[in-house]
Amino acid sequence: MFKTVLFISLCLLALTILLNLYRVVKGPTSADRIQALDSVGINLIASIGIFSVLFHTRAFFDLMLLIGILSFIGTIAFARFIERSVVIERDN
Amino acid sequence: MNSFYIILFLPFLFAIIVPFLFKYINKRIHTGWFVLFVPLTIFLYLLQYIPIVAKGDTREYILPWIPSLNINITTYIDGLGLLFGLLISGVGTLVILYSIYYLSKEREELHNFYIYLLMFMGAMLGLVFSDHILILYGFWELTSISSFLLIGYWFERKNSRYGALKSLLITVFGGLAMLAGFIMLILMAETYSIREMIANVGEITNHSLFITALVLVLLGAFTKSAQFPFSIWLPDAMEAPTPVSAYLHSATMVKAGIYLVARLTPIFAGSASWFWLVAGVGIVTLFYGSFNAIRQTDLKALLAFSTISQLGLVMSLLGIGSLAVYFGQSENGILFSAATFAAIFHLFNHSTFKGSLFMVVGIVDHETGTRDIRRLGGLMHVMPITFTIAVIGAFSMAGLPPFNGFLSKEMFFAGVNDVANAGVFGLEQFGLLFPIIAWVASVFTFVYCMILVFKTFTGKFRPEKLTRKVHEAPFGMLVSPIILGLIVVLVFFFPNVLGEYILIPALAAVLPMMQINASDFHISAWHGVNLELWMTIGVVVVGILLYKTLKGWVKLFNNYPYRLTLNHFYDQSLAGTEQFSQNVTNRYMTGSLRQYLVYIFAFFVLLLMGSFITLYGFQFDFSKFAPIELFDIAIVIGIVLAAFVVLFTSHRITAIVTLGAIGYFVSMFFVLFQAPDLGLTQFVVETVTTVLFLLCFYHLPKLKKNIGKISFKLTNLIISLAMGATVTILALAAFGHKVFEPISYFFEKSYELAGAKNIVNAILVDFRGFDTMLEISVLAIAGLGVYVLIRQGSRRREQSNETK
Repeated sequence: MFKTVLFISLCLLALTILLNLYRVVKGPTSADRIQALDSVGINLIASIGIFSVLFHTRAFFDLMLLIGILSFIGTIAFARFIERSVVIERDN
Repeated sequence: MNSFYIILFLPFLFAIIVPFLFKYINKRIHTGWFVLFVPLTIFLYLLQYIPIVAKGDTREYILPWIPSLNINITTYIDGLGLLFGLLISGVGTLVILYSIYYLSKEREELHNFYIYLLMFMGAMLGLVFSDHILILYGFWELTSISSFLLIGYWFERKNSRYGALKSLLITVFGGLAMLAGFIMLILMAETYSIREMIANVGEITNHSLFITALVLVLLGAFTKSAQFPFSIWLPDAMEAPTPVSAYLHSATMVKAGIYLVARLTPIFAGSASWFWLVAGVGIVTLFYGSFNAIRQTDLKALLAFSTISQLGLVMSLLGIGSLAVYFGQSENGILFSAATFAAIFHLFNHSTFKGSLFMVVGIVDHETGTRDIRRLGGLMHVMPITFTIAVIGAFSMAGLPPFNGFLSKEMFFAGVNDVANAGVFGLEQFGLLFPIIAWVASVFTFVYCMILVFKTFTGKFRPEKLTRKVHEAPFGMLVSPIILGLIVVLVFFFPNVLGEYILIPALAAVLPMMQINASDFHISAWHGVNLELWMTIGVVVVGILLYKTLKGWVKLFNNYPYRLTLNHFYDQSLAGTEQFSQNVTNRYMTGSLRQYLVYIFAFFVLLLMGSFITLYGFQFDFSKFAPIELFDIAIVIGIVLAAFVVLFTSHRITAIVTLGAIGYFVSMFFVLFQAPDLGLTQFVVETVTTVLFLLCFYHLPKLKKNIGKISFKLTNLIISLAMGATVTILALAAFGHKVFEPISYFFEKSYELAGAKNIVNAILVDFRGFDTMLEISVLAIAGLGVYVLIRQGSRRREQSNETK
């Protein structure tokens, strides 16, 4: 019973990721794409969490944190890129 | 170390000193005077072996070099080696004496000359005294190299370089073939020593490699001794200074092939192929050389062709003499061993008269400034001594009494007459060809000898055609040819002194299986009115007739088309090979990386699939496979879809992002297969890589930004499909064939052994720490590399901005 619930939620997450990816491919502006990628990252975190429950392991918690940080940094970097057209500014 | 080795290596040792002598003393004393004592010492030293060898004794010395491989400098002194040793050192002394007067000490680079010459002399001595067959080969190549250096002595001339290259290519080609033959000999006889090979000759003759080894060894001998059709390098080698031509290209080096044939006669002789190859090629060369010598207008070219022809004569006599091995100790055997005796005798004679003739030509060249027959004439009264020596040498070469050439020519005719009646090896049909060709060639020999003497020294003296004021050569230059001329005459009157002490021991060395009875080989100038005498008389009569009518028929030579000559063939084949290789290289080395990848992948596929098919590798064992989960399928479908997107997308940015997605999918695989560390690393690395890709994308030049889809190419499709199939099959087949238990149980004890609960980390830093360390250095190198590339790029940009 519990397993079925987990399985269904995984499927739903996969569907979400797919829909997000559609936005990544289609999205008219860059901002749409970045938003969608950010949300893909969060969905990945969720699905890894469910996998961890399925496998009865704590080994992947680091990975979840890492994805959280990476998607945060990535989104910030892209945002800076869109706004200032460089990611890291030079010292003058 | 035996004193013999000091003598043997004396030329090499002295070659080291020569440059210092040249640098510090040459201004006062010609360097040649110091070099002169080297061959003289060797000659005098070798003289003491004459009584030993004449008694039938031999001497053997061993100097260890690489004893663990059985490679030692074993030397063996017998009659044949001693004959050559005396020739090399004796003629070497005379040639160096001659060169002192011939080469100017102000204008010439004498240190180069004498170093090369000493190197050559040492190599030649080593060659003739070596018993170890590989050492013999080493010295053989050293003679090729030093000859190359000597021919190219005046390297600023184009013809010298051409001649040197030609001789090197041809002789080294033969030398390498010979090395292969030697290796086969070593395999067959299981020894390096030539004498032991002769002792176990039975094993060699019955071996399947016998004929191959025979042909390969003869290839080496023929190229070195300028036999047909490898003779073309010798006329071009005449660009060398005349002392070199006299020494290398008449008296010594070109006889190395003769030496080899004589030395290996006990091993190979007795078979039909040896007889026909040696005697046949020899007689063809004899004819070819004498035929071509007539049309030469350059004296040295004429002598070169005459050398070719005389070497052919010696070679054919050696071939005929090999019949003695076939017949053994019988009447016929003794008859044919006389041919070998004649070969050795003529070999000696040729060294004397050809050496003196080259020196004569050198004197003419030195005093008149030309060697062209058409500009010379009437030198008889200006240069009487030179003329006398020329007459002696040329008449000896033509085979006239009272010179030594007469004796050996008579013996040659006797040999070819005997071979016509031998009645073996198909000689019943073709035997008569030998005396006929030999006789015709002798007529030609007679004619060119007359041309050599009378066109140069008689007729009208035309000083207006010459650039220098002509006078007799200085005495020092004349000493060497006079000594050689004296030997030519002396040998005619006292041939048996030479025969008894040197030639008969040499004969015994060439034919060790025969009982040599000295009285069978008594040379006499007059042995009654017989066929040979009539042949000689015929040669003289017809030769004089031909010489008198020379103007009428020598033009016929001009009709011979250049396109059919061997030189043309050589030049064409050289140019053709070059062109061909260039075309081939241009064809596959296109400079396109994609092309090279196609080669690499195609080769990979062919090799793997080929071995799969030939070794029946298609055996799959699916029993050990784990069950497939639904998630696995989902991720695989995701990866496949993403891969197709990468292939078919028309936007670079889509491809980059999708590649990133593939990386994340792989990371999810790691999650599924429970590899948290890998998943972690994969995720970070994939992110960084994608960012770097985006960086590259952003900096692409504007012009090419809108390159569309990857264009379709059938080859690429086939190669990529084949590649994928190969790797898949390989992986599937390999998985089913685990031969040994995995060693991972060892790492499972990581907590006991290393105190680590994380097995992956324990492996990385504890069990297999070395790999990690080196990978850290890889990263460090990559980082430094990127830094340097960026710094240099920006510096270059700054520089180009400054220049603007």
